[in-house]
This record gives sequence, structure tokens and C-alpha cells, in this order.
Amino acid sequence: MNPLLSVTGLTKSYGAVEVLKGIDFDVAPGEKIALIGPSGSGKSTCLRCLNFLEKPSAGEVRLDGERIGVRHDRPMNDRQLAPQRAEMGMVFQLFNLWPHLSVTENVAIAARKVRGLPAKEARELALEMLAKVHMTHRADASPLELSGGQQQRVAIARALAQKPKLMLFDEPTSALDPELVHEVLKVMEELALEGRTMIIVTHEIAFARDIADRVLFLDGGRIVEEGPARELILTPREPRTQAFLRQIRH
Amino acid sequence: MTSFIEPYAEHAGEWLPLLLEAMGNTALLSISGFALSLAFGLLLAACRNSRWRALQRAVALYVVAVRGVPLLAILFLLYFGLPGIGVTLDAFTAAVLGLALAFAAQVAELFRAGLMAVPAGQREAALSVGFTPYQSFTLIVLPQVVRISLAPLIVTFVSLLKDSSLASLITVDELVLTGRAMATEYFLPLQIYVAVGLCYFLIAWPFSLLSKRLAPRASR
Ligand SMILES: Nc1ncnc2c1ncn2[C@@H]1O[C@H](COP(=O)(O)OP(=O)(O)OP(=O)(O)O)[C@@H](O)[C@H]1O
Ligand SMILES: [Mg+2]
Repeated sequence: MNPLLSVTGLTKSYGAVEVLKGIDFDVAPGEKIALIGPSGSGKSTCLRCLNFLEKPSAGEVRLDGERIGVRHDRPMNDRQLAPQRAEMGMVFQLFNLWPHLSVTENVAIAARKVRGLPAKEARELALEMLAKVHMTHRADASPLELSGGQQQRVAIARALAQKPKLMLFDEPTSALDPELVHEVLKVMEELALEGRTMIIVTHEIAFARDIADRVLFLDGGRIVEEGPARELILTPREPRTQAFLRQIRH
Repeated sequence: MTSFIEPYAEHAGEWLPLLLEAMGNTALLSISGFALSLAFGLLLAACRNSRWRALQRAVALYVVAVRGVPLLAILFLLYFGLPGIGVTLDAFTAAVLGLALAFAAQVAELFRAGLMAVPAGQREAALSVGFTPYQSFTLIVLPQVVRISLAPLIVTFVSLLKDSSLASLITVDELVLTGRAMATEYFLPLQIYVAVGLCYFLIAWPFSLLSKRLAPRASR
């Protein structure tokens, strides 16, 4: 089967500092990838290079065969990138809900303004997505009135409303109080069971082990080890992976 | 006390129309000056955030310069100075322009502070759902900037309103100049200037109340 996402030779430098040093991986349709690694290893940067929130210094990203961020050998600007970004839903560590809009409006606005859905249909879609994340009961609330876990679930609904081919999660539970982590992981598990394609940056190793098909371990801007989730997490081969997993368990 | 109040009763019929007309002029002057300073201030803020270093510097310099020059000097320059290079403005236009030039610097700083108060993640989330940069700004960032800047903008308007009194010195028929003419005519400067002060207060008060009501919400 052709990969849904294909990343080759992805490099990113900030000035003289090379943060990503050549990343290659493919993601099959329906596949769940967990991206793990120590702080500063480049996980967020890698994820943000996929939808070009960061512009890669070199390398290729292809979604369904279409080259992201480059057209006729020329880099695309943010306006040209907009339709490509809409194909990927992104969930941020700090939720980034829009505080001046209601919960429903947060989920519905892109459907109207990007895809041109009529207001009524966009609202119905939003309510449907809010139901998926069990947030229908707060549909008319302001994001400011919600707990962190609730905000993150609304943010997931917002990304789902894009009908994306791929979901990107950047440490979706790291900013949450421990007792709120579970409700977000549960929603993500439900999405995984629907057969969605997901790339998840996470420090929740047990979650990665149980939900992901494959784990990529990133260190110093390179993929040091990759493999089936259970295998890599239970019996890592590389000393650096072993050290990281040992440390994170304590 | 009665001798203080008596003249009001005696002259109400003559004074009220004069003061009302002057109040209208002051309001028109202030609102025009403020509207222009909003447009100009937005432009300055945009230049300040632009990619061109030279433009950024020029705007920063303008802001510093305008802050260091008294409004009265700007008004004199526009009204008495510009004819020296062949540009003659009528008093009202010169006053509107002077107020706008002076207050645009403050407005620009307010917008800039508002822009910086909106976290970068807000725009990133907007881009990530497929908004263009223009949509991200108008739908997501700008409404938040407006919300943040509203209370301080109203405070700025009130201080512009009070400073508009300086336009009397370049012959604009606003409240203070009208008051001065009335004081000379009726020899009742105490009563007249108290009335003039009250007129300013009547315009400014609702705005002060509004900004106080908005302020706690904006800072929450
Ligand atoms: N805008 C930037 N400018 C300069 N350096 C940056 C920038 N963004 C990230 N970096 C650097 O790139 C490296 C990788 O950062 P990144 O955020 O991708 O790491 P991460 O693996 O997501 O870490 P964490 O687990 O802490 O989120 C870090 O050393 C970071 O300091
Ligand atoms: Mg990160």
C-alpha cells in the first residue's frame, strides 16, 4: 500500500544549530505512530515541519503523494499552504483554543471559512465532533470556563472538524493536571480504534505501548531507533533508548 | 452663593445655545482627530511589525519624537508654520491633523501591546486549521487585540478630548475659545469657565465609566 505520509531527509536548522538532522519515515493509512524522545530532541520541531508551521531547511514531506510546501520547485507562502494544512489536524500542548469564540464556534468556524459550509451545517458538524469528545454539554460555554482536559478535548474536536487525513498531536496531555490526563487519552484511544492515522508526540509510554503501531525514538535530531510499539518499549535495542525508557519510568 | 448661581438663571437663554454649539464643535474635533489617529496608529503599528528594518526604525523614531514635542508646538507648526512652505490649512483641519499625529503614536503603542499580548499559539492554531494569514489575523488575532485595547483606547480618547482645548489657540471655535469670548462679553469668567469645565466633563464622563467597566474584564 502506498504510504499516506512520507518524510524524507527532513532537516531543520535555527541559524547554525541543526535541530533535525535528516529524518526519514513513512506512515501507512490508519497507522498510529508514537514519537518519543528526551526534551529538546526535536519532536515538536519534527511535527511542526509536517504542516510547515516550521519551514524545513531541507527534505520532503508528501501527503497522499502531494508534496507539501513546495510547488514547481518554489517554496509556498502561508496563503498557498492553507489548503494543505487543512488536510492535517493539529493538537497543541497548550490547546490554543480561541478565547473570544464559544466552544461550538471554535469547532465550527474553519468549516465555514475554509470549506465554505453554510452556518447551519457547520454547527451540526461541530456538535457531532463535540459528541465524539464527549463535550456536547459545554457546547455554548466559553473555552475560558473549561478545565484543561475539557479544553484539550474541544481542541481535538476542532481538528477533527477539518476532516483531516492525518492527526498530529504534540504532547496533548503534558500541560494537564494528572487527574485530567485520562479523559484526553481515552478520547485519543477512541479515535485510534476508528482507524484514524495519527502521529503522537508523547511522554505517556504506557499509552504509546498500547495504542501505537509503531514507535520512533528521536534523540539529537535523528531517529535513533524505530520498531513495533510493544517491542521497542519492552525490549529496546539501542543503549540510548534503553537509558531514556529507564529514566522516564522513574 | 446666590450671587454665584444668579447669573446662570439670568443668562441661560443666551449661554446654552452658545455652549451647546461649542460642545458640538469640540466633540466633532475630538472624534475626527481620534478616528484619524486610529487609522494612522494602526498603520504605524503595522509598519512597526513589518519585515523592513528601515520602516521599523522610522516608526520608532516618529513615536519617540512625537512624545517629546508638546501638542501646542505641533498645532502652531501646522497652522502658522506650514504656510511658510505654501501649505495653508484652515484651523479646524490643522487641529484635527495635529491631534491625530500626536495621538497616533499612543494608539500605535496600544495596538502593539495588544498584538504582543495575543500568544503566538493563537495564530498557529488558526494557520493549522487552514486559515490564510489574512483570515488568521482578521478572525482570530484582531478581535482579541481589540478586546485587549478597548479600555486603554477609551482612556486615550478622553485625554485627546481634553487636549483638544489647545485648538483654541489656533482659533478653532471650540469650548475654551467660546468660553473666552463669552467671558469678555459678560464679565463673568468664574461662572463661564465653570460651565465650560462642566461641558467637558459631560462629554468625558460616559467614556470614563465605560472604560472602567471594560478594564477588569480585559485584564482577566
Ligand atoms: N524557534 C527556535 N529557535 C531556536 N531554537 C529552537 C527553536 N525552536 C526549537 N529550538 C530548539 O530546537 C531543539 C528541539 O526543540 P523541540 O521543541 O523540537 O524539542 P522537543 O523534543 O519537542 O522537546 P520537549 O520534549 O521539551 O517538547 C531544542 O534544542 C530547542 O531549543
Ligand atoms: Mg516539544
